[in-house]
Amino acid sequence: MDQVLLPRSLKRFGFQSGHFLVLGAFVVFTALPFAWMLITAFKQNTDLYNPMNNPFWFNEPPTLDQWRYVFTKTMYARWLLNTAFVGVMVVGITLLLAIPAGYSLARFLGRWGEQLGIGIFLVYLIPPTLLFIPMARVVTALGLQNTLWSLVVTYPTITIPFSTWLLMGFFKSIPRDLEEAALVDGYSRLGAFLKIVLPLAVPGIITVVIFSFTLSAQEFVYALTFVTATAQKTVSIGVPSDMVRGDIFDWGPLMGSAFLASVPVAILYYFVLDRFVSGFTAAGAIR
Amino acid sequence: MALAEPISAVLSKGRHLFERERVLGPLLIAPAFLYIVLLVGFPFIFAIYLSMTDATTGNPYASFIGLQNFIEVVQSPVFRRALKNTFVFTISSQVLVIVLAKILALALSKNFRGKGIVLFLILLPWVAPISLATIGWLWIFHARFSIIDWILRAAGLLPPNANMFWLGRPDLAMIAVITVHVWRMLPFSTVILLAGLTSIPRDILDQAEVDGAGFWRRLFQITIPLLLPVISVAILFGTIFTFTDMAVVYVLTRGGPFDTTQVLSSLAFFKGIVGGNLGVGAAISLFLFPVLLFVAVLILRLARRVEVV
Repeated sequence: MDQVLLPRSLKRFGFQSGHFLVLGAFVVFTALPFAWMLITAFKQNTDLYNPMNNPFWFNEPPTLDQWRYVFTKTMYARWLLNTAFVGVMVVGITLLLAIPAGYSLARFLGRWGEQLGIGIFLVYLIPPTLLFIPMARVVTALGLQNTLWSLVVTYPTITIPFSTWLLMGFFKSIPRDLEEAALVDGYSRLGAFLKIVLPLAVPGIITVVIFSFTLSAQEFVYALTFVTATAQKTVSIGVPSDMVRGDIFDWGPLMGSAFLASVPVAILYYFVLDRFVSGFTAAGAIR
Repeated sequence: MALAEPISAVLSKGRHLFERERVLGPLLIAPAFLYIVLLVGFPFIFAIYLSMTDATTGNPYASFIGLQNFIEVVQSPVFRRALKNTFVFTISSQVLVIVLAKILALALSKNFRGKGIVLFLILLPWVAPISLATIGWLWIFHARFSIIDWILRAAGLLPPNANMFWLGRPDLAMIAVITVHVWRMLPFSTVILLAGLTSIPRDILDQAEVDGAGFWRRLFQITIPLLLPVISVAILFGTIFTFTDMAVVYVLTRGGPFDTTQVLSSLAFFKGIVGGNLGVGAAISLFLFPVLLFVAVLILRLARRVEVV
């Protein structure tokens, strides 16, 4: 009843501040661990390990010691390079296999292609935790245990299905007439694909590149299972397993390295999120 | 590009377009198909085989022991606890995620200044590598330097110098694991719900408002029913991701204290890879499969229902 009597602007103000309060609470929840990582990475140990100190502020001057430790006393830089290498290789394999597959499903296989497309998408839902034990055997049989190649070979089993599905949707959205016009103009099938279709599918291809790369950087289970040599680790397992000496956690370096590896991946992912999400919502609304 | 012309010129000689498509279609999909058959299909069959043997890391020449691994596993209290935990973690986190995601998606459906950065901060948990993000939580739940404890002490809810020992007590450790799962999946569900929310025709809501329907009535009688398919999508995928996740439990608690937060995937890892008992590990992993299959069937049925509408 009171609300009705409130001036409209005041009501609006109340609604707006409520809106920002809700958003603010959520942002604190989602971003807090990263903020805490960032602060920790610039604190001195004596500041960190004093339970009386306000953890949200610098009770002693900030320091770069934690970062010096990360880059001189650990193999962090190597892990970053390893991650980049695996990511690039996985992107390459994924593009090489998923582009033709997606195109084939969208154009040539008709009704049958749609069923197959859904089937391939469902393969994406098969988690590493279901297959890691037999996969470890396969990796050993291929002689790839403890090498980055074990990851280069296994990650496409996750990236190809989702990428094929995503690209299938992209190719379908490109009008068939464009290719047919090109064929009439004397282009070959391949020529029409390379000159007409592929340029139009660039946004989809960028999505696949970023998806495959970030997945390679995020994956944990296969990496933990196949790679135990410190020098061959990727960031996502190197930091949690090799920056801890026995029971001693070096929180400063740990937080710094976790933050530094998370944020670029997050930024990359952020740019393709819309298209990534449409891959999921499309799966719930297959025509 | 230079190569493309001659090859296709040869291909096109005397062939009809239709025939070439029939060859080209399967040819283009074959590499991806083979890759998946060899590295997903085969390992899956191999998992079933392994689960019926006494294979260990040291003994590659395993003998067939039928369902003995499964019987042994089902009878072990640790496995039952892990099975129960997997469901408890998944269901409780998904319920919380959907409620929170709904609220958050509504809040994000309006336009305001700085929306881009807010969206980025909200997405962080989903887009950052989960093992690294969970290390952040490990530090938040630290036995002695937990910032939650510090806040509780500052607010006078905890005596000075006292600690909660978040990861040291079974009940609190379970809450910690659920919290991280909620934190991780919230952005994913929010973005999916947001996509659904923006696709609801504006004029339906406007008409309802003109007809005198208030905020809650519009929410429960228009928005939520129209969103139901999208909500289902978020729940189904969220369920799969949470149910099969190992990183959160592995990094946060290693299944402890005393196996009280163990889940199927982490238990399979500890038995199969750390303990070297491949047969038992494979058997435990396979318990994930029925749920995966069930959810996959639901996704397909949902797809069909949307198709009918």
